[in-house]
Amino acid sequence: MASSLHSESDRPTPDNSKGSPGKGEETVPSNGNALGVALSNDEILRYSRHLVMPEVGMEGQQKLKAARVLCIGAGGLGSPLALYLGAAGVGTLGLVDFDVVDYTNLHRQIIHSTADVGRKKLDSAVESLKAINPFLNLQTFETRLASDNALEIFRDFDIVADGTDNFPTRYLVNDACVLTGKPNVYGSIFRFEGQASVFASEQGPCYRCVYPEPPPPGLVPSCAEGGVLGILPGLVGVIQATEVIKLILGAGQPLIGRLLLVDALGMKFRELKLRKNPDCPACGHHRTITKLIDYEQFCGIRGEEKREEKAVDAAIPEMQVEELKRRLDAGDDLFILDVREPHEYQICNLGGYLIPLKELPNRLSELDSSREIVAHCKMGGRSAKAVQFLRQAGFSKVHNLAGGITAWADRVDRKVPKY
Amino acid sequence: MPKVHIPTPLRQYSGNQVSLEVQGATVASVLSNLIARHPELKRHLFLDDGKLRSFVNVYVNDEDIRYLQKEATAVGDSDTISIVPSIAGGRETARKTMICAITLPRYYTDCCR
Repeated sequence: MASSLHSESDRPTPDNSKGSPGKGEETVPSNGNALGVALSNDEILRYSRHLVMPEVGMEGQQKLKAARVLCIGAGGLGSPLALYLGAAGVGTLGLVDFDVVDYTNLHRQIIHSTADVGRKKLDSAVESLKAINPFLNLQTFETRLASDNALEIFRDFDIVADGTDNFPTRYLVNDACVLTGKPNVYGSIFRFEGQASVFASEQGPCYRCVYPEPPPPGLVPSCAEGGVLGILPGLVGVIQATEVIKLILGAGQPLIGRLLLVDALGMKFRELKLRKNPDCPACGHHRTITKLIDYEQFCGIRGEEKREEKAVDAAIPEMQVEELKRRLDAGDDLFILDVREPHEYQICNLGGYLIPLKELPNRLSELDSSREIVAHCKMGGRSAKAVQFLRQAGFSKVHNLAGGITAWADRVDRKVPKY
Repeated sequence: MPKVHIPTPLRQYSGNQVSLEVQGATVASVLSNLIARHPELKRHLFLDDGKLRSFVNVYVNDEDIRYLQKEATAVGDSDTISIVPSIAGGRETARKTMICAITLPRYYTDCCR
């Protein structure tokens, strides 16, 4: 397609040294024409591989530069998302994250490096992005996205890409996107499966059309069944970045009304049709969601946490790791029950008898209720449930090892690895 | 026979199979036969009153059954029924329990990062 290599001659030449639209220069909506957004010679060279593609070209690259995309989360999904959008020349990138880089993040959150452990994710992300593309205009929001700030944060962006890790925020982002009319580029992951779609409620379904209700809390797989294949958010996050770029360029067929299912283990990609629900409370004919609500309550988390605390903290006899050590050294006859999964046992163990929690009901006969049992898991949560269960089953001499094998590694034996 | 595609979180209850061939002429009868074969799946897919859990979506091929005939949707030998959970990765709560909030009903809360 024919394209001019020069900015519109009747517009003032913007200061492109930082690559961001100068004050007073128009920024343009993502569907829009790119008037007023010029590319410097450096940028032209940088993006040359885009510019020679008919699907992008000068006009497309100008659209990318004029675009303003908000990335919610600078973690697993947010890392590849922001990195690729930045590399592609999306002019303004907003980043929302209040978290700090943790060592265990590094296996998948590739925008952060080992030296960043302990730093704010936003600081680390900004540095990585600037190193790749100094022309970016980066706006950071070090806050938890919430009902009292989402609409205002969203206001200055054209597209929202959701890379968050919990249901309340998913629904918050959805509703805020519907209320502000912005497309929500969705990606989510679990272990080795992912989903991606574009919820652009003016043209297609929103997230609530597909999943009107969240699962109740306490819908929780075991810690051992959790975990995530490090590459997975990479795969899905780049799919999200692709969809963002397609929306900006107006190219290709976006995932509006389509749910892409990614199975990384089978390397299978399937697609399901998503329909707009005419009765959707957020985007349907009779909308009842006209403002942002309390999403933690919507997802039942607030009440559930209180109930959980009451249920679990009430009268679970605990033993501290120091006491366990003392009693073992003294030769006390204690039966150590390990309720973790076999692969965790291989990482580290206290020599305990392994019965994974979910098998406990079927393997009670392997335990001797006349012996004093100390149950442990990784951090004390699963084993608390085990103790509760055993007490209900009539075992009276049962303790939960508070803090689990992690506490043992911290306070008794530093040679035991933590995971 | 129609195939049922089992999502990751449920595979441990379906003998770790990704996809199962299950007899049935409607979605309801296929799911019923599936559960008969793998009873542990039942509480993860259905409420006590027999209704499908609201955050579990079921598709025949690529169409959501809510927009077909719901559980009465007819299925043939070449059809695939997909069970599609809502997923949202996993975040640690203040109590250090990881809420990997996927579709499934109560396993057990856990403590991990």
